[in-house]
Order: sequence, then structure tokens, then C-alpha cells
Amino acid sequence: MKVTILQFPGTNCEYDTQHAFESLGANTEIVWHKKESLPSDTDLLVVAGGFSYGDYLRSGAIAKFSPIMKAVSTYANNGGKVLGICNGFQVLTEAGLLPGALKRNDGLHFISKHHNLKVINNDNIFLEKLNNGDVVNIPIAHHDGNYYIDSDGLKELEDNNQILLKYTACDGEILNPNGSVDSIAGVCNKEKNVFGLMPHPERAMESLLGSDDGLAMLQGFLKA
Amino acid sequence: MTAIINISLKTGVLDSQGKAVHHALDSLHFSGVKDVRIGKQIIVKLDETDKNKAMTDVTKMCEELLANTVIEDYEIKLV
Repeated sequence: MKVTILQFPGTNCEYDTQHAFESLGANTEIVWHKKESLPSDTDLLVVAGGFSYGDYLRSGAIAKFSPIMKAVSTYANNGGKVLGICNGFQVLTEAGLLPGALKRNDGLHFISKHHNLKVINNDNIFLEKLNNGDVVNIPIAHHDGNYYIDSDGLKELEDNNQILLKYTACDGEILNPNGSVDSIAGVCNKEKNVFGLMPHPERAMESLLGSDDGLAMLQGFLKA
Repeated sequence: MTAIINISLKTGVLDSQGKAVHHALDSLHFSGVKDVRIGKQIIVKLDETDKNKAMTDVTKMCEELLANTVIEDYEIKLV
């Protein structure tokens, strides 16, 4: 199992992501955005969190033109598995690999805290180790995490089981921290090979540090 | 030629910054403020002297990079 992790100027979660996947037994490689190809043995590509290009213009807007992104699109369009976490999710929506957009949190503040999430659809490799309705506790840390999609787009997400996770309280009742449409925290594409979420499963790997609920999420990819 | 591009959130997409500023104006007793929308202005200086060509180029810039048309509208003025 080889996990390739993208690094843009301003990415800051690449080493946490590397540590998380290596602790699960994967081989990892961090790839600088100026490269034009991905390692040929890549089983999973992770677009890690951070502030690529300082979030200039819009979060993820400049990163989508980095040299590596052509290879990322080709990889995704050929069915390769891609996971975007936080800024990675923003990059994937900007690049058109995931539907919708992330805008400024409704409360205008940067939010950094643990939050509960409910599993909405587990019929995909990312969440298959969890059950629909499970509530997991995963940290969020974002300023532009307010997921937006128009009503037609939302219907399409619902019809195709593309909504992965919603922000809730610990009892699974909707609790929306940032104004996201339908309290959505993560989505996948129609083909279910590209995944994006604002919360950070790679920061929830040790119960000693608050939660190990991220383990079950990242493990889903490892059987590949 | 200079292109002045105004980018704002689409109608129907909640503009939380605009809303916060609206509340602030209310608390300063500016009555009669119906709505506040906040956007950004991008000024692009161009070599192009043909207005039509410039408009085509700048529209392409907006579609590809300057605006995210999922959530934003843009308006171009050439001067």
C-alpha cells in the first residue's frame, strides 16, 4: 500500500498525514507540487491540509494550477483513489474533482475544536469500516469550511449517496458549526473514488490525544 | 487598457460578512439600510487595445481563476 501525499507551498498537514498512514503500515511519499507526475505505484493520493498559497484569492484557487494537478486529474479520472483533507478538500472542489465550493464560515471566525460527525453513507471505501449513523469525534480547524452547493446539486448528492459526513452533536442530532448547506462535512464524487472532508481524521489517531476515531476512516483505504 | 473586475457572492448565497456589516450599521443607527453585500475588486492592466478582445480575455480569466462560479458572480468594466 503506497500513499502519496501532495505538498504545496503552505501545506502544513503533510507530516501528520504521513505519520498517520505509516502508523497503519502504509508506505508513504511526499510529492512537491512542482513535479509533473505521481509515483507509479500510488494506491492512494492525499491532498493534505494547510494553507496552500496562503489561501490567496480563495482557498485552493491557486493550487489547482500547480504542475502536479494535471497528473492528479488524470489519476482521479482513471479511477485512482484521492482523499482531500481540509485545504485538500478546497483544492479538489476548486479543481472541479468534487462538486460544490467552500466559503467563509458563517460566524466569520476560524474554528479549531473537536466536533462530532455522523456517517451518512458508508457504501464507499473511505467509510466502509463504519456504519451509517455512527457518530465519530474528529477535529476541525478551518476558516473556509462552509460547504455550499445549490439545491439541484444537493439533490444529486443525496440521490447518489455522495454525502459522507454531517456535523452533529454527540447524539447524532444536526449541529452546524460553520453554516454548511445541510450541515455537510464531507462528500465524494459520483464514481466514489474522490473524497473530500473539512475535518482532520489524521489528527484523531491516538485516544491519548483526544480521539482515535480517525483510525477506522483511514484504515478503509488500506485494504486496497 | 484596464479591466476592473467586481466579484461578489451570487444572489441566494449567504454573505455572512455583508450581514455582519449590516448589523454594525444598524447598531450605529444608520436607518434604512436594506442589504449589504461585500465583494472584492481585481484590477488587471492589459496590453490589449481592442475592447472586444480584452473582454474575451478577461472573461476567460474570471471563469478559470478569478471567480469561483459555483458561488460567485463577476462583472467586468473596461476603462
